Amino acid sequence: MPSRIPPLQISAYTATSAVGVGKASLLDALENSRSGLRANDFGDGTERTPLPTWIGRVDGLEELQLPESLASWDCRNNRLAWLGLQADGFMDAVAKVRDKYGASRVALIVGTSTSSIGETEAAYTKLDADGTFSADQRRPLVHTPHSLAMFLQQALGLEGPSETISTACSSSGKVFASAERLIRLGLIDAAVVGGVDTLCGSVLYGFNSLELVSPAPCKPFDATRDGISLGEAAGFALVERTEDTGTADSLYLLGYGEASDAHHMSTPHPEGLGAERALDEALARAGISTDAIDYINMHGTASTKNDEVEGALVTRRFPESVHASSTKGFMGHTLGAAGIVEAAISLLALETGLMPGTVNTTVLDSDCGPQIKLQPARGEVRRVLSNSFGFGGNNCSLIFGKGAQA
Amino acid sequence: MSHPVKTPSPPTLYIEGPAFWAPSLPGWDIARAAFNGTGAPTDPPAKRPSPQVLAPAERRRAPDTVALALEVAAGAIAASGRNAKNLPCVFASAHGDLGINDYMCSVLASDPSMLSPIKFHNSVHNAAVGYWTIGTGCMAASNSLSAYEATFASGLLEAAAQCAADDEAVLLVGYDMPSVGALSSVTTSRGLLAVALVVSPTRTERTVASFDWSLESGASTPITPQSEAAQTLSANSMADALPLFEALAGGKDAAAISMPLSARLSLRLQLHFATA
Repeated sequence: MPSRIPPLQISAYTATSAVGVGKASLLDALENSRSGLRANDFGDGTERTPLPTWIGRVDGLEELQLPESLASWDCRNNRLAWLGLQADGFMDAVAKVRDKYGASRVALIVGTSTSSIGETEAAYTKLDADGTFSADQRRPLVHTPHSLAMFLQQALGLEGPSETISTACSSSGKVFASAERLIRLGLIDAAVVGGVDTLCGSVLYGFNSLELVSPAPCKPFDATRDGISLGEAAGFALVERTEDTGTADSLYLLGYGEASDAHHMSTPHPEGLGAERALDEALARAGISTDAIDYINMHGTASTKNDEVEGALVTRRFPESVHASSTKGFMGHTLGAAGIVEAAISLLALETGLMPGTVNTTVLDSDCGPQIKLQPARGEVRRVLSNSFGFGGNNCSLIFGKGAQA
Repeated sequence: MSHPVKTPSPPTLYIEGPAFWAPSLPGWDIARAAFNGTGAPTDPPAKRPSPQVLAPAERRRAPDTVALALEVAAGAIAASGRNAKNLPCVFASAHGDLGINDYMCSVLASDPSMLSPIKFHNSVHNAAVGYWTIGTGCMAASNSLSAYEATFASGLLEAAAQCAADDEAVLLVGYDMPSVGALSSVTTSRGLLAVALVVSPTRTERTVASFDWSLESGASTPITPQSEAAQTLSANSMADALPLFEALAGGKDAAAISMPLSARLSLRLQLHFATA
């Protein structure tokens, strides 16, 4: 088991998804159990009938224009990243930290599963007669997985290490782990971490081909759940070296765990062994046990298999008093952005005491214990666990906490 | 405004089990000899590796990137004498599987309902590391990252940081393949190239070299490989790994290598070889 790590300060965070731009919209949706899912209208205007499913689509991206200086990066994913950066004073917070430590001492580590592949898909629909990209699409820095990070680094004026983590749906959970290591070793002083993923043909038709997509709004942990709803989101957090003991409201990353299922590319380990190992490593780094966790934001995709395995894990490892829920019914499964969006929900729980419910779900699967809650609740939330699991059997658990750290 | 240049020094780390695969240099022994002038590239070149980690049927079906990555990963494990089950792994690829990307985009542009579910789950950037952990029973942390033309350097930074922070050995694998179809309009990667090594926190009997490392800010300068054998692989997006593997082949203490992480940052490596 890994050793305990020093807490890592979280100085700012934000998230933008189908429920709206920034933390206030997110909190409002969580408090009122308001889902942002809609019947699939992605790709409207083409001759194709959209797949019969529900999606978590962010409004306004079609009209959004990047500033002139960043226009060469234009694509749906970088537009969503830009929209997300504008919320909650996040860019100002980054500018302060950049001035404090120097641009080369601030890393940028982001997760994404498909990055700007939607733009590459679009380029393929209007190839020149010789089968090559049209002139306006000959943009090598857009049609590559690292596009998001390169765009953000320029937009934020950062010059530290820049890395794109792409481990499917655990991507933007793992960014916290990579940043913590670089900071602990003294290689950097702060990092912008986050993730952005956008709706595109690859994921809509891809998950549909695996028969993992529900024709209705997803119902995590419901006895009659029948698949996921796809969504898009952008989220960011600013983490920095913890220099003082903080106040009662200070937010921290306390621990993280990363582990592999070693089982199957697109089906979780039947006993959740990889997920449990990620949980145990996160607890060890935080130096706590499961009874110290007040709220669990579960991966809870509403796929038959994920929820069965994760529900069993939470049921067997946690006291009945814990409040656990899946928030996928609010904005859908935002894939490579899910980790950071759910980190933001976890941090909101610490700040406000609001523990969200599991929206859309009406009848809890009988295999799930009383830990999993359908209705939101309020209480004193001091420590939160957030799970993110991805294709390839890639698991990440994060533990956040608040209050003055010894 | 200028800021004081801080020079943190993370702990010295150790390299074990260099592994290499390119059609002209299929294996580290051949590559090392070609790099240090004691051997020649393979002629005719090899076609594609056939990693034994996969079952025979899977071996044939595996995407090029999976075959490439697993071949060198297994090479590094064999040469380091370590158990793959226990090793956290960092896989790095600038572009992922360009063949599958071309397939996905082509099918989506013509008839999306024909999309193959297997191709879809193989399209994730972490497919190679997923197959590696499944094939070896590795339940440790696994990662998959991209950083455009600085992908190997970024992977090395990630692996070294993980090794130093957790005080445990980490497997690093880097691989890229040639661009396919219309993607060649924007992606210049050519040929097959894969490299791997194990980064260890302690010296062992399998240690090939130690290295001191740090970040260097300011304009970075791309470093070019010295040998003709390595220069012919420069068009692959994993080519930023070549100077390090040339240095490992040379086996002699030399000037530090500054590997660009971006236009304004480098990873500085000072290699030391144990004297006999």
